Amino acid sequence: MSIATELSRRNFLKTSAAAAGGLALGFHVPFTPQAVAQTETPEINAWVMIKPDDTVVVRIARVEMGQGTLTGLAQLVAEELECDWAKVTTEYPTPGQNVARSRVWGNFQTAGSRGIRDSHEYVRKGGAAARMMLVQAAANEWHVEPSACTVAKGVITHAASGRSTTFGKVANAASKLQTPNDIPLKDAKSWTIAGKPLKRLDTPDKINGKLVYAIDVQFPGMLNAALKNCPVFGGKIKSFDAAKVEQMPGVKKVVQVADTGVAVIADTWWRAKTALDALPIEWDNGPNGSVQSADIAAAQKEGLTATEAFLGNRNGDARAELASAARRVEAVYGVPHQHHVTMEPMNATVRWTPDKCEVWTSTQNAESALATAAQASGLPTDKNEVFRHHLGGGFGRRSTSHDFVRYAVLIARQMPGTPVKTIWSREEDMTHGWYHPTTQCRMVGGFDANGELTALHMRISGQSILATVNPNALQNGRDAATFQGLNPQGPEGQFGYTIPNLLIDHAMRNPHVPPGFWRGVNNNQNAIYLESFIDELAHSAKQDPLEFRRKLMANHPKHLAVLNAVAEKVGWGTPPAPGVFRGLAQHMGYGSYVAACAEVSVSDAGVLKIHRIVGATDCGHAVNPQQIEAQVEGSFVYGLTAMLYGDITVKDGRVEQENFDTYQMMRMDEMPVVESIIIPSGGFWGGVGEPTICVAAPAVLNAIFAATGKRIRQMPLSKADLRKA
Amino acid sequence: MARLSINGTMREVEVEPDTPLLWVIREQVGLTGTKYGCGIAQCGACTVHIDGVATRSCSMPVSAITEEQKIVTIEGLSPDLSHPIQKAWLELDVPQCGYCQSGQIMAAAALLQATPKPTDEQIASEMTNICRCGTYNRIKAAIKHASANMG
Repeated sequence: MSIATELSRRNFLKTSAAAAGGLALGFHVPFTPQAVAQTETPEINAWVMIKPDDTVVVRIARVEMGQGTLTGLAQLVAEELECDWAKVTTEYPTPGQNVARSRVWGNFQTAGSRGIRDSHEYVRKGGAAARMMLVQAAANEWHVEPSACTVAKGVITHAASGRSTTFGKVANAASKLQTPNDIPLKDAKSWTIAGKPLKRLDTPDKINGKLVYAIDVQFPGMLNAALKNCPVFGGKIKSFDAAKVEQMPGVKKVVQVADTGVAVIADTWWRAKTALDALPIEWDNGPNGSVQSADIAAAQKEGLTATEAFLGNRNGDARAELASAARRVEAVYGVPHQHHVTMEPMNATVRWTPDKCEVWTSTQNAESALATAAQASGLPTDKNEVFRHHLGGGFGRRSTSHDFVRYAVLIARQMPGTPVKTIWSREEDMTHGWYHPTTQCRMVGGFDANGELTALHMRISGQSILATVNPNALQNGRDAATFQGLNPQGPEGQFGYTIPNLLIDHAMRNPHVPPGFWRGVNNNQNAIYLESFIDELAHSAKQDPLEFRRKLMANHPKHLAVLNAVAEKVGWGTPPAPGVFRGLAQHMGYGSYVAACAEVSVSDAGVLKIHRIVGATDCGHAVNPQQIEAQVEGSFVYGLTAMLYGDITVKDGRVEQENFDTYQMMRMDEMPVVESIIIPSGGFWGGVGEPTICVAAPAVLNAIFAATGKRIRQMPLSKADLRKA
Repeated sequence: MARLSINGTMREVEVEPDTPLLWVIREQVGLTGTKYGCGIAQCGACTVHIDGVATRSCSMPVSAITEEQKIVTIEGLSPDLSHPIQKAWLELDVPQCGYCQSGQIMAAAALLQATPKPTDEQIASEMTNICRCGTYNRIKAAIKHASANMG
């Protein structure tokens, strides 16, 4: 056994508590049916392996980062497999295996609330096909028709002859059978494992310290690296004085990283960081060293009324109608840059030799991580491999860019044969992010003489994510993702109102601060702009915000149903407790329909208290209701944290906030009571990890207006004066 | 050299005296359940018990700890998930990504040790650890659940 495979085996042993099963087998054994048949854990198909003791190993292509997808996907496979849920374990296939097997596991990307909604069909078919093959194997052994056999909880029974066997006993024979062509799936109404509020599979190891996150990986002889990149985006490293720190305790080497950074490699990370902090470094700040936040805002402001803009959604002639409207309402909103702040800072462990590059990391897209590793390692793709760990938070940071893999590989290349773990300090992490894009939005509404809303122009001005992250995805320069939640139709967010004259467009203004996909992405600010302004229009027309929306939503029954659900739950129309005020919001995104109603009070001193927030979700099919509730609750925290505190500012080209002391998070003392209504209306599959984020802030902002008469249009709230107008 | 009592075992470690306890636990001792989140005692992911008191180990230099003091990490809370807080966490399926949960659990265990029947307000004021996934309400419910089960 080579050292490389020995390392991989150790890694397997360390992670096996979370991913019990055959990662090591998968690593050592080529996935040909012949080879599989000789192993002790027969692979029935790519999704299901069954051990002789009936343990079921479900392969999970997407990654677990807190959203519960590991458990949900396993439920879907187990439902069709008809196995014993108590015997289900999971493991991650590697991207190298996926490449070698013609992408048998499909897409590894775990983003856009797609884990379940994009893979439910093929994973269920994987479970169903495996069950059919297991039954066929038993039937063959008994010389009976498979249709004469029944299966429940991993036990196959032939009632007529009184015989029964278990999955584990026939797995080997089943693994040699052909995959059936016709694989019918169950109706959701007959589910017994999927659709149930089962406990997560990953909880026990998350409460005893045993789960090995990527940052916890340990190998014999492993070294640790601390990294600093130029604090100004687009800048470079000019020089560093390695001699000043080379004699410090534990230091092995000081290395330049690409043309932008420097790292200290030491026996421990603390010693590496201590030496890096003492290292004299000169930066070349490049062309962006004089950019300030005010410059970025000024460019956006210019775009609010610019002639040129990319079209998002249009019907009628909003400009003409607004020009002749009996009454116009106008407002400008804004959202600043925000940081992802995964609790686990960026990190990766790499062992590089001239023949092989192995990476252990937290990634939302292991296939991209593999491609990045191959670029940085200088080795062909099949000489690279990425081993996945559960993420200590992702939120889009670990899908937008794999810079953390690139730098770790570039560092480890300078220590051939030695595993090197590179950890970004919190300060390095916060100042070198891929930030939620900053935009402003000018909203103009027009009423006719009868007081009916006849026109709306929504002009978004500011940063595009795709223009920087994936310019190939632009359509003649237009970033379609900018219009999430504002589209005429489609699962990525259908506009929920019917307005006779509508224009939604985007003046792209890209600052030098790199943008990223940030949990909820562009839905977040689009919902703040739209749902706050709809509330403004309702108040300006002296109409109840719920009734005003209902009139505009008659053609959007699914949007309306979740809004009505929260209104009914809070008792909209009945008086809240004294001093408490309510606000509403609704949105569609990631295939799901969501709404929220917040109840807040604001003291005379301007102190906000969010008492309760009620959320409703129609995600079509609800695979694990208790985990959907957890995602709704977590989404409120994510959205409200952004609303309250999210504000990354730029001074002299660099991010000013470095840690939690200057970049605050919502904590327990600010948590409202959360009530969640799940309305799985069937017929479609929507995501749940993100949609509710979008309605959190506008529901609270509308409630603040109800409480104070103040319309807060610039985020974050921490900069606003909430004392009554 | 420092002598530290960690989870009932005396450890001798060769470190600079200003090394934070967190990194000694993680790198010299090899117990990785205690997490690095911020390094400035803000987030609480590194919380351990020192003589029963919840302490943010990232900002506690190892030189400030004597060998008589008893350090307990998440790995030492119970051998088998049997601590009332762990049982409650299991019962309510609290963690999401889980990265902050070692610290949350150690903070909650210390809270119940000092205040067996905390009010909502006491829980909110004592539990200041950051959870980016937003498990706060389940944490609060689990603390109350554990408190009730402890009689």
